[in-house]
Amino acid sequence: MSTTTLTKPMLKIENLHAWYGESHVLHGINLELAEGQLITLLGRNGAGRSTTLRSIMGMVDRRTGSIAINGEEFITKPAHRITPDGRIGFCPEERGIFASLTVEENLMLPPAVGADGMSIEELFEMFPNLANVRKRMGTRLSGGEQQMLAIARILRTGARLLLLDEITEGLAPVIVKTLGRVIRDLKSRGYTIVLVEQNFRFAAPLADRHYVIEHGEVIDTIESADVESSMDRLNHYLSV
Amino acid sequence: MDPMIRLILAQGMLGLNNGVFYAMLSLGLAVIFGLLNVVNFAHGALYMLGAFLALILYSYAGAWVGLDALHIGFWPALILAPLLVACFGMLIERFMLRRLYKLDPIYSLLLTFGVTLVLQGLFINFFNASGTPYPGMPESLRGVVNLGFMMFPKYRLFVIIFSIIVCFAVWYMIERTRIGSRLRAGTENPELVKAFGINVPLMVMLTFGFGTGLAGLAGVLAAPIYSVSPLMGANLIIVIFAVVVIGGMGSIAGAVLTGFALGLVEGITKVFYAPAANTVIFLLMVIVLLVRPNGLFGRQS
Repeated sequence: MSTTTLTKPMLKIENLHAWYGESHVLHGINLELAEGQLITLLGRNGAGRSTTLRSIMGMVDRRTGSIAINGEEFITKPAHRITPDGRIGFCPEERGIFASLTVEENLMLPPAVGADGMSIEELFEMFPNLANVRKRMGTRLSGGEQQMLAIARILRTGARLLLLDEITEGLAPVIVKTLGRVIRDLKSRGYTIVLVEQNFRFAAPLADRHYVIEHGEVIDTIESADVESSMDRLNHYLSV
Repeated sequence: MDPMIRLILAQGMLGLNNGVFYAMLSLGLAVIFGLLNVVNFAHGALYMLGAFLALILYSYAGAWVGLDALHIGFWPALILAPLLVACFGMLIERFMLRRLYKLDPIYSLLLTFGVTLVLQGLFINFFNASGTPYPGMPESLRGVVNLGFMMFPKYRLFVIIFSIIVCFAVWYMIERTRIGSRLRAGTENPELVKAFGINVPLMVMLTFGFGTGLAGLAGVLAAPIYSVSPLMGANLIIVIFAVVVIGGMGSIAGAVLTGFALGLVEGITKVFYAPAANTVIFLLMVIVLLVRPNGLFGRQS
């Protein structure tokens, strides 16, 4: 990764604090990534990784600090402007498949945020399983199908910055493997990706950099080249 | 034809005619409840407002602008009155209801109840409390049609057909179109819909306007049949809530079908035991509450 791209990050978060009601969840998160990079947010459950993504999306009760996307400040934007202005695709932890909508309706739901989204045909090519269930209601999908739909849904919009929350959680190894292929493919197509991940073995080969989050703060940053030499530290951070 | 069957068919038609209003009003309530989780008690008052707007457009609006001969008739009213009611609804949503979403739903119910009382009070103050006939029924819909088993007023037949078309169109829009899928998604998870870049507060306001507009439309349709009175909505809303309880909140098709069906039940009850006609719906409500508390079409939760 060249340093020139790092000096002009696509996403740069500085001193981000966030609250749910009275509870102060993030205590000054700092991170950045350049266009085309993939970073992971690692840490234990409740450390604040999902909240970091939700803060970027404006889905917390209050947030302060700075969230810059392509140099534009997003911290004061109303929630419904964040996705279109930042060309963001958000895949929530609980996948967010709408039960009363069919697969196709779920796929068509998010409005386009850019001109170069993938077509339905491309998406069904990428996720052949979805093509067979396109008329099925969201409730009647397996976990793997739901996850693929949640990813496909944001690729259709033309988003360039993908925020993916625990996409491998609770899925069979064969599906996790498929998702790994998909993420690699997306990276090669130039998408910028933030991955919140519990499964380090899934995340390690994909990431340019890992941020370890604990108690709402980044406590360590590990470049992918240093992962091997930092394994002891990582094991310590991620052990329960 | 056997006179008994003839009587049942005739009362069935008249019942269906009431059912039309049950269906249109419970449809609006269901649309609003689905997305806003608000039980709009003002729905009856907005129906009354629609009827009064039709009356005002015909009998008063011309004189107010100095054109005594100007009577804005039924057809323009059929468009204008619902639009005005919808605008009024959107103002209520934007400036009152919106402040209450984070509180228990009972507060929005109380607020809309208050709006009802204010509207009724205003109209009782300025108009005849016992009702004014609407003189603007269009010439083309006067007279009767021979249905074979009865002579049926042409206008009432028009209302039945028109309402069935409106109900079907609303159902189609919500269940089968892109706009509808956004509404349904917003019902399930408004936070995520907002995160996808959809302006949910605007969508909520427009939906409330749409639901109240349906009440206004029903009011215009009712004006030539019933006399236009400040309490016409108050009398109806009680039945509508029973319809909604029986049908179950949150199902569009359920609201419409229950509305039509209960109108029929009411009409046919008149044939067999006329005094029970006004109570049969409430009797059914009790039974449904005991057997299926979520309503016939309600989602089990």
